[in-house]
Amino acid sequence: MLSLLNRRRLWRFHGGLHLPDEKALSNGHPVVSMPLPRQLVIPLQQHIGRRARPIVEVGERLLTGQLLARAEGDISACVHASTSGTLIAIEEHPVPHPSGLSALCAIIAPDGEDAWATPPEPLTHYAQCDPATVRERIRWAGIVGLGGASFPTSVKLNPGPDQPIQTLILNGVECEPYITCDDRLMRERAGDILAGARIMHYLLGDPRVLIGIEDNKPEAIAAMRAALAETDMAGYTEIRVVPTQYPSGGEKQLIRILTGREVPSHAIPARIGIVCQNVGSAAAVADAVLRSRPLVSRIVTVTGRAIADPRNVEVRMGTPIADVIDFCGGLRETPRKLLCGGPMMGFALQDTQAPIIKPSNCILALTEEESPDPGSALACIRCGRCAEVCPAKLLPQQIYWHARAKDLDRVQDYNLFDCIECGCCAQVCPSHIPLVQYYRYAKNEIWAREEEKRKAELARARHEAKQARIERQERERQARLRQKKDTLAAATSDASGPAAKQAAIEAATRRASAKRAAALDQTETSKGVS
Amino acid sequence: MSVSLQCSPHGLRPNRVDRVMQEVLIALVPGVLAMVWFFGWGVLINIALAVSVALMAEAAIMLLRRRSVRTALGDYSAVVTAVLFAISVPPTLPWWLTLLGILFAIVLVKQLYGGIGYNPFNPAMAGYVFLLVSYPVAMTTWLAPNMLAEHTLGFIESWRLIFTNTLPPGVTWDALSAATPLDEMRGQLDRGLTIAEIGQSPLWGLFGGRGWEWVSAGFLIGGLWLLWRRIITWQIPVSMLAALALMAGLFWTLDPQTHPLPTFHLFSGAAMLGAFFIATDPVSACTTKRGQILFGAAIGVIVFVIRTWGGYPEAVAFAVLLMNIAAPTIDHYTQPRAFGHTRGRVNR
Repeated sequence: MLSLLNRRRLWRFHGGLHLPDEKALSNGHPVVSMPLPRQLVIPLQQHIGRRARPIVEVGERLLTGQLLARAEGDISACVHASTSGTLIAIEEHPVPHPSGLSALCAIIAPDGEDAWATPPEPLTHYAQCDPATVRERIRWAGIVGLGGASFPTSVKLNPGPDQPIQTLILNGVECEPYITCDDRLMRERAGDILAGARIMHYLLGDPRVLIGIEDNKPEAIAAMRAALAETDMAGYTEIRVVPTQYPSGGEKQLIRILTGREVPSHAIPARIGIVCQNVGSAAAVADAVLRSRPLVSRIVTVTGRAIADPRNVEVRMGTPIADVIDFCGGLRETPRKLLCGGPMMGFALQDTQAPIIKPSNCILALTEEESPDPGSALACIRCGRCAEVCPAKLLPQQIYWHARAKDLDRVQDYNLFDCIECGCCAQVCPSHIPLVQYYRYAKNEIWAREEEKRKAELARARHEAKQARIERQERERQARLRQKKDTLAAATSDASGPAAKQAAIEAATRRASAKRAAALDQTETSKGVS
Repeated sequence: MSVSLQCSPHGLRPNRVDRVMQEVLIALVPGVLAMVWFFGWGVLINIALAVSVALMAEAAIMLLRRRSVRTALGDYSAVVTAVLFAISVPPTLPWWLTLLGILFAIVLVKQLYGGIGYNPFNPAMAGYVFLLVSYPVAMTTWLAPNMLAEHTLGFIESWRLIFTNTLPPGVTWDALSAATPLDEMRGQLDRGLTIAEIGQSPLWGLFGGRGWEWVSAGFLIGGLWLLWRRIITWQIPVSMLAALALMAGLFWTLDPQTHPLPTFHLFSGAAMLGAFFIATDPVSACTTKRGQILFGAAIGVIVFVIRTWGGYPEAVAFAVLLMNIAAPTIDHYTQPRAFGHTRGRVNR
């Protein structure tokens, strides 16, 4: 009985915020597919890890779902053509990234036919396949975490024999305000999400499956429950409704809520037997394994009060963001902020020609009223509100203090690297200090310093090796010289008497005759062989 | 397109320093009203004077530092300091002492350390203690609460007393003033009287000094309001009051003839004002939760120790300043265990 109670229990994480969720703005309409744009810009890196290596030639005609670039190394993801057309270039193009920098992209001129490449055989009976084959299919499909982190899914589904997985968590929390793409996905494709979960369940060796959904999405919860009732998964699957609180959709926070366990600092959840996947990734896994469909499109929430017609749109990867905004009626007014992602963790877009990529869950155009200028930052009054809301249980103001002083050792003492940059601290700060910016700055400084240190270490090692070599060579030279000198000295001192001279001559004759005999021997042996 | 490229979070941020300070000022209203009721117009005149001087001093320093005067005055922190100072000093304090105390608080203790957020000491309490040790007589001459006084001062009379140091004709200091309850208690105990004998004095009310108990109750109400508004957290006030009450209760149980009831300690002096409005000043207090409990409890203990065995009848200001010194160290050793860590500590 107690264990039953325990099983149903939810845990709390420290801090967090109750924010106006703003979901109603965009979750009322079903997802619509956007027509093909005039041009697709497909970055070769849309994931965490190494950039994929292009395997197509400029000028080549491509088919929908054709592999454009192959995953390189262990942590990487394949990239596919999202529609048929001509590859017109592989070149630098602005991509959605906080830095605003450009990256290598495949530029495709769609032909409008959307002709699919011949897919590999679907693995409908995947349970009879080797798990490695199924994982390879997921890797082929280019699936990454669609919740925003974009870590390659196939890697997460291969935790290795030393990390047995007891729990698979499907993340349908979607705690950031405004974003509703997972909400719509759960309402409309609950069956596919569960099918994907079933495949992951197989690959991870029979763990229990927990699906976490925030209680502000009653329709999604109902749809998922109905779909679960139609599967054979009820024995190991549970849908758990979690209270609406930001950032309960953070991986470590959701694990804490659902299992009461804390992922150790600097470790991945697999360390404690847990794998966490976004519901969108689960649906993509079902598409890849059961229908051999690679990840060529995703649902994007286009919202904010500056958007004329906020909604969720199914968009091909590589569609310019400007086209997506136009499809949603364009901008009602000039937004004060145009973001990729939600209001808490999203970043400002610097170029609307940047494309939609795998982790782009939301395009958010905020008006002046929704995102007023916070004004210039005031001094920290140490009120401690930031520490009260910090889900990582840090002391944000102390980290800020030391980051400002550029005391990089101190910020690490205060566990800077446990910061998940959720923005809760800055959200409640009465002095409107851009705290997250300071943390990112400090992290980058530390990474840069580590890199410097590593390089310096390498240079030092090389220098030392060179020094050692030079010294060794010098020593050897000295030794040879000394030996020569000694022999010479010995010869001169010995040469004083005629007897010694005679002995030296005899020794030389003996050596010469021995050499001759050896040479003769050598010739005969070689003759014998040939 | 000219959109803002600021860092996340991007939404509306409702909290602001000036609102925090305004809430503190609002929370002071019940206590201040009770003070005005029992001790007359001098309280309000002191507040007005202290606030004006504080704003002028802050503005002058901001001009010298070439910083925005508007921003500094707009955060209301100088006003809070001035009001806390003004309600801590006697309602008839000569104007130049208020001026001196506020200048000390704002210029030396606050601005010379870098202004709001950087002062290691509570400015109001530092200003108060500076005057207390420099001008002990003026700082301990308190008016009697109105029901005990032979003469209560009107507005003009208070004004004249503060600015020209002239008493109303025919009125002596004896007719106006009385020992504060804490003074009375210390004095009589030192004279060897028992609590029962001291209790005969008309100075005592229901649970504290007469008049004073209602002033304390007013600050308690304001403090609870601050808690409810989440401007302050429970750790410092609760631990301070609990430590004071526990110490008082312990000694009262051991020897009720020489130690007053815990309620006396809580409701006769500045305990309530100190617990909710002074010790909770975030800039100079501890910032970790465990640290705040230690900080508050230590203040409670020090208050009791000084009141009972020290050289002063009241000790909230000393206790707060002493613990201000210790706050950074306490913070250092009470870092919380971060998420995913096995134990919380600073590694060096």
